[in-house]
Amino acid sequence: MLLELRFAADPDKLCDMRRCVRAAMAGLGCGTQWVAEVVLAVNEACANVMQHAYLGDASGEIVLQMKQVGGDLEVRVTDFAPPVVVPNIRPRRLAELRPGGLGTHFIRTVMERCEYGNLPEGAGNFLQMSKPISTLREW
Amino acid sequence: MSAKVIREGEFAVVHLEGEIDLSCASAVRKTILDQISLGQHTCVNLAQVSYIDSSGIASLVEGFQAAKKKGLQFFLIAVSEPVMSVLALARLDKVFSIHATPPPRH
Repeated sequence: MLLELRFAADPDKLCDMRRCVRAAMAGLGCGTQWVAEVVLAVNEACANVMQHAYLGDASGEIVLQMKQVGGDLEVRVTDFAPPVVVPNIRPRRLAELRPGGLGTHFIRTVMERCEYGNLPEGAGNFLQMSKPISTLREW
Repeated sequence: MSAKVIREGEFAVVHLEGEIDLSCASAVRKTILDQISLGQHTCVNLAQVSYIDSSGIASLVEGFQAAKKKGLQFFLIAVSEPVMSVLALARLDKVFSIHATPPPRH
């Protein structure tokens, strides 16, 4: 496990979370640009949980796990909010110039694979995403 | 994150500094929209912004749209590399007017 963090669904926690993710990525020897993009994707995943799963309730908990599985970096973001409707999670069309809706686009653009799901018995939700580390090292 | 507004000629220049995320995007949005509601042409200086996420980008988009609606100019200036990368990911780097420096005073 490269990183496991449990933190409140409070936007003020995002900055510390990003610092921890950067530090964990530094250990993989990845390029600066790729680290920045993965940090952005993880930030967006956590911010989406705060806004759309916990609906701004900062007392909720988020679990962030990062690990190396074979040649991949795997990131899992878990929350314990009421189940979200997974098919409703989709990026907006970029041709529409409007504020908001970019987070999911960033996640899908940066990470090679991502899968949203609900925890058993309505206990929460997860986003699992991954990217080959060999690719990360190229930048 | 810090934000301050300096008048330069007919422009209000909003200087942002630090990391812009969900925790402060509403303050950024308010600072920008306040200038536009005052009828000011507005520049946002992003030279000292080391990180921006989708909520920060949304604040810039709102400013751009509000200025356009009022017939005001809206520029991004001195965009830092981290911010430019995120604008490019959102394919907004060709939508905003981006300049190295504020427009000359009149």
